[in-house]
Amino acid sequence: MHPAPSLILFTVLSGIGFGLLVWLGLGLRAPVGGAAFLLFGLGYGLAGAGLIAAAFHLGHPERALKAFTQWRSSWLSREAVLATATMAIMSPHAASSVFAATPLPVFGWLGAALALVTIFATAMIYTQIKAVPRWHHWTTPPVFVLAALAGGAMLAAQILLAHFLLLILAAAMVAHWVAGDKRFAQSGSTTGTATGLAALGQVRLLEPPHSGRNYLLREMVHVVGRKHAYKLRLIALVFGAFLPAVLLLLPASYVTIALALFVHLAGMMAQRWLFFAEAEHVVGLYYSKR
Amino acid sequence: MTTLPATTRKKLGLVIDLDTCVGCHACVISCKGWNTENYGAPLSDLGAYGAEPEGAFLNRVHTFEVTRDAAPPMVVHFPKSCLHCDDAPCVTVCPTGASYKRQEDGIVLVNESDCIGCGLCAWACPYGAREMDGAEKVMKKCTLCVDRIYNETLPEEDREPACVRTCPAGARHFGDFADPDSHVSKLTAARGGFDLMPEQGTQPVNKYLPPRRRDTLDMPDLTSMCDPAPENAKGFLGWLDRALERL
Repeated sequence: MHPAPSLILFTVLSGIGFGLLVWLGLGLRAPVGGAAFLLFGLGYGLAGAGLIAAAFHLGHPERALKAFTQWRSSWLSREAVLATATMAIMSPHAASSVFAATPLPVFGWLGAALALVTIFATAMIYTQIKAVPRWHHWTTPPVFVLAALAGGAMLAAQILLAHFLLLILAAAMVAHWVAGDKRFAQSGSTTGTATGLAALGQVRLLEPPHSGRNYLLREMVHVVGRKHAYKLRLIALVFGAFLPAVLLLLPASYVTIALALFVHLAGMMAQRWLFFAEAEHVVGLYYSKR
Repeated sequence: MTTLPATTRKKLGLVIDLDTCVGCHACVISCKGWNTENYGAPLSDLGAYGAEPEGAFLNRVHTFEVTRDAAPPMVVHFPKSCLHCDDAPCVTVCPTGASYKRQEDGIVLVNESDCIGCGLCAWACPYGAREMDGAEKVMKKCTLCVDRIYNETLPEEDREPACVRTCPAGARHFGDFADPDSHVSKLTAARGGFDLMPEQGTQPVNKYLPPRRRDTLDMPDLTSMCDPAPENAKGFLGWLDRALERL
């Protein structure tokens, strides 16, 4: 799949923003006044920035409001509804913490639960797609949820929690890669089933339907960069999880936390780039390309 | 509504005969022509006269080669368009309700004025049946020529999809799969029509007919006849070989 920068930014930034809102809503960190303004601002800002980045992916962003209508069937619509609901439900808690120095736990807890489900819904947009076997597996949502919660815990300066979450995130990423490498074969889709000609013999493409590129190839058959998959996995693992975990072991200060967060973000960008670039769509079978 | 109907009254779709298709791409061109001039946004071409032309098409013809055991390889032309699946994954992922499957005839359509161009439906389709138009930025797909098949201003013989109407080989058939006595249902039953990628669970309506068994001739082993002059040839050939060698 094509690793669109807008989607990488969307999933990483809105994930970490909602992750922070989970911890702020639960009251693990209960800032008031200026600190609350900064932290809630960061949570809302990152979540909102991610959603705006996602809108850049649309062909017709002016119709984006229509995306709130189909929550019964569509995970993308659910994500839009849940993200908005989280921000709305959390707002009394946030406003009261900032301006009245009085957190409102009920709104906080409800908002935290919604934020968590929003991150899960983001992951489900990809997990639901059966035509991309690597994504269509239970190991996908844990990577999204744990990355968001770990990043959020770092932003909320919850060192021990962040430390713990980073290590589970590392395990979740490895599980996703190990399982993912077998997924295409497990899906059972081959050029033989795609053409229905398997019973006759070995099927291969003789002539593609067109000499140039097209939307399908650009969007779904992304072969460039996969050769560096193992290096990028190592980068994602070290920068996304291990190095920030080590940095958090140092005496806590804003500098070490900021550094850990920065390194973590870089690692997660690599992980998310790979998440798209590595994913093979079964339509590639019609082009003898994956 | 992007929830799928439990059942549809009709199941309109195509039978594509892989035995008969000659790979002329006429269906590709007639489809592009009709769907550029009629329903919805025109199918654009980008850089049509440039170095890297590309465009949106609703129907494309791939050509595959099947290598067989103890038989010559077989070339199969393979037209592919939307299969109007009963369990269409492209419909349920749509966040806006632009994609829908019609209860009356099972056709999967896109309401282009509701489409935000997110592209998720194209990702969800295992068959590559949906393409985003490069100029209009809305999702395009086969409409089964919904603006022809019910169009009473057209002569009756033209009230079928443009690809079917134009096929010079008679490799494409249009009809109602919900009716067991329809032409397409009978053809599917008689010729062993199959689904593409059944393991994807989409339950396609369109069916493909496999290539028929080829005749086999009682032929001598041609390869032995093609052998170059064997070494140490005797008789006339041997003499010729030696004489030419000496020259």
